[in-house]
Amino acid sequence: MKETIQFKLNDESVRLEVDGERMLLWVLRTDLGLTGPKYGCGEGFCGSCTVLVNNEAVRSCQYPVKNVKGKDVITVEGLAKGGILHPIQQAFVKHEAMQCGFCTSGMILEAYSLLRKNPRPSIKDIIDGMEDHLCRCGSHTRVVGAIQTASDEMKGAVKR
Amino acid sequence: MSDQKYPVGPLAEVGAPLILGRRGFLKLMGGGIFIFFSAGDELFLQEPARSQAGRPGLPTDFNAFLRIGEDGRVTLFTGKIEMGQGPMTALPLMLAEELEVTPDMVDIILGDTDLCPYDMGTFGSQTIRSFGPALRSAAAEARIVLLELASEKLNLPPERLQAKDGVIFDKSHPQTRVTYAQLAQGKTIERHAAQKPALKTPAEFKVMGKPAARRDARDKVTGKAQYAGDIRLPGMLYGKILRPPAHGSKLKNLDTSAAETVSGVQVIRDGDMIAVLHEYPDAAEAALAKIKADYDLPEAVLNDTNIFDHLSKVAPPGRAVAQGGNLDEGAKMAAFTIERSYLNSYVAHATIETHTALVEFKDNKATVWASTQAPFRVKDEVAQALGIPAQNVHVIMPFVGAGFGGKTRNTQAVQAARLAKIAGKPVQVAWSRADEFFYDTFRPAAVVNIKSGVSNSGQIVFWDYEVLWAGERSSQQFYSIPHHRTVVRGEWGGGRGGGESGHPFDVGAWRAPASNTNTFARESHIDIMAAKAGIDPLEFRLMNLNDERMKRILKAAAGKFGWTAAKAPSRRGFGLACADYLGTYLATMAEVEVNKETGAVQVKRVVCAQDMGVAVNPDGATLQIEGCITMGLGYALTEEVHFRGREVKDLNFDTYQLPRFSWLPKIDTVLVNSPEVPISGGGEPPIITMGAVVANAIFDATGVRLLQLPMTPERVKEGLKRG
Ligand code: FES
Ligand code: FES
Repeated sequence: MKETIQFKLNDESVRLEVDGERMLLWVLRTDLGLTGPKYGCGEGFCGSCTVLVNNEAVRSCQYPVKNVKGKDVITVEGLAKGGILHPIQQAFVKHEAMQCGFCTSGMILEAYSLLRKNPRPSIKDIIDGMEDHLCRCGSHTRVVGAIQTASDEMKGAVKR
Repeated sequence: MSDQKYPVGPLAEVGAPLILGRRGFLKLMGGGIFIFFSAGDELFLQEPARSQAGRPGLPTDFNAFLRIGEDGRVTLFTGKIEMGQGPMTALPLMLAEELEVTPDMVDIILGDTDLCPYDMGTFGSQTIRSFGPALRSAAAEARIVLLELASEKLNLPPERLQAKDGVIFDKSHPQTRVTYAQLAQGKTIERHAAQKPALKTPAEFKVMGKPAARRDARDKVTGKAQYAGDIRLPGMLYGKILRPPAHGSKLKNLDTSAAETVSGVQVIRDGDMIAVLHEYPDAAEAALAKIKADYDLPEAVLNDTNIFDHLSKVAPPGRAVAQGGNLDEGAKMAAFTIERSYLNSYVAHATIETHTALVEFKDNKATVWASTQAPFRVKDEVAQALGIPAQNVHVIMPFVGAGFGGKTRNTQAVQAARLAKIAGKPVQVAWSRADEFFYDTFRPAAVVNIKSGVSNSGQIVFWDYEVLWAGERSSQQFYSIPHHRTVVRGEWGGGRGGGESGHPFDVGAWRAPASNTNTFARESHIDIMAAKAGIDPLEFRLMNLNDERMKRILKAAAGKFGWTAAKAPSRRGFGLACADYLGTYLATMAEVEVNKETGAVQVKRVVCAQDMGVAVNPDGATLQIEGCITMGLGYALTEEVHFRGREVKDLNFDTYQLPRFSWLPKIDTVLVNSPEVPISGGGEPPIITMGAVVANAIFDATGVRLLQLPMTPERVKEGLKRG
């Protein structure tokens, strides 16, 4: 059943006529042309499809688009402002926290969500928070380092 | 096709796979200084005749070239691809070094089959190892050409000139100068790098061997980096292919009526391929799920338990790849002998990006964007599927979400091509995770049988080694053993599943093919001998090695790790393993903790010392080492394909377990330079020691010797029970 769904996407209002049961991942990638969120498993296991809904990381492959009504959705494309990378993105660049990069957008947004809740995470907190994100290339060590650096840089104030 | 149809900007900006039409190509080729060169072994240069015919105008006796443009920018064209292993960053460094330009003056175009000369594919550590030296020679040749031109222009003998940062100047009057751009102005000069100009020695390096940031990092953190599935064309459709329940199944009944009720869907039956097309990928997936199909399944004979007996029985005849001395003589010298068999399971490539391709077929010409390690193979395969000449197929390389050998098979591109032809619209095929586990070419399950003997003085006196199905690479031991033989039975290469083959499904190259299995077996066996002889395993290795480079790398690892001599099991949970992977030497040490209740193994820290001649980009090398170690924990501890008959039981990451954050050991790497040996690759070596180093550490912690990978909690518990 098609319905009207309005929400904010990377700070801009969006109005869609779609079947509300469709998963956000496919609506973002196909209808809205935002291909930052990736398909890796389709069942919530890998985290490569992660986006922010009201600053909370969600797995968009498991998240019906009707649930974003009236909410704020941020994809990796919306994190940098005016060409300036977000501190988390900067930290990922600095630490080279990626190889093939396919898991990277999901990792960055999960890190964002994690740091908002816990601006000064311990290594253990970071590992626990990232545990359900898979990276086949083995960038894990770098990701942990990047999140620590981002936390230091932001001095507890996680915002976009 | 026109340049406007897909976003050019972000990729072009980072010098990523540049997207240009034919017009752009000609313009690009308009002027400048060109150096053509050949890289890689002969085999890698063999271009199939039909592809050759496909590019009139491009000579075929080279597989890469570089161009110095009239604007002074340098562009490297190569059929290699970027899948995370870093050639986009490392190759420009090598080029910049010899050409005397700064790395930011260098662009690189990777894998585009219209722009780049033929390349067989990007596998293993080939890119740096065999491509690197040729690239450097070509760059040095270019510098010589430029010096000649400058000498003419400035009217000075070449000896008086020096090149630096894209400028040539008079050594005694640096103000007398000319830039590369000025020299290339209005010229079209073609050279083939034939003679071997002298290359810089590591001591002269200004760029190589220094840290350098990844060129693709910014695009990868902003979502700009495009992978095959991110390319969108107007009117494109998404194709989903019906997957049989098991390999070798025969379709009995098919009912597509329910699928056809989905609005906008097209159900296609083309030979053995049953597919649905839709303008939305999720709608296509939903329609596919509505197809009812009955199959006759092949009898389920093999499974993940009985496979090893089966493989031993049907292994092809052997081939001795190394031998020396006389095994019987050796046996006489032995104070004790050890005989063991080592088992290794099928593992999947399981890249997070599944096989994906987009094909547009128009006016008898096809444009293909594919996640592949072998774009020129895609070109041929798509041409064949469409019945068009290879020159009508243009493969454009987006970023690839890792490959590890799995993306050398391009079935998804052929599927997309067939569907695009039928539909008359561009079609994307992106495999689901379950498709990926089903169609993947697994690393072959394998058996290694070793019999060896040790003298009273702790000398290994004979070594009789037989490897079944894994393949030859890294099968040859490098210890100083007077009587030895290494026999290889079966290879990993291109193994088709079913029928005559020993395997129930297709197998193929998996990161460092054969070497993971061979290194696990050899280095476990060395430890077993050391333990039996009552000698510290590091000491035992050093005693049995003549190779000074190997001794040095072992000592480097030991220093960093803080290894102290003790015979195993010392209950400290320390393990080590060493290897020679295609010229790269490495030694790995690990500390593990074993939970006696659950059997779970936690690897607490890993030290890896690697000697790859000279690390071209130490940052990149360290990143690759860490990646290898982390990935290697998977096949060591959990990764194995579960199957019954020819049905693959793993459909997603719930049963097929990849390494996770909580597994992370503390990783330390040591890079040791050996300027006297050729530069070798770093993309794969450290993964190969992970099975043995963990097995040896588990033994040191518990006294339990595991002979089968992966060392799952169940197997560890079983071992502890056996005692
Ligand atoms: S694609 Fe959503 S969790 Fe894997
Ligand atoms: S960088 Fe390749 S999957 Fe994480």
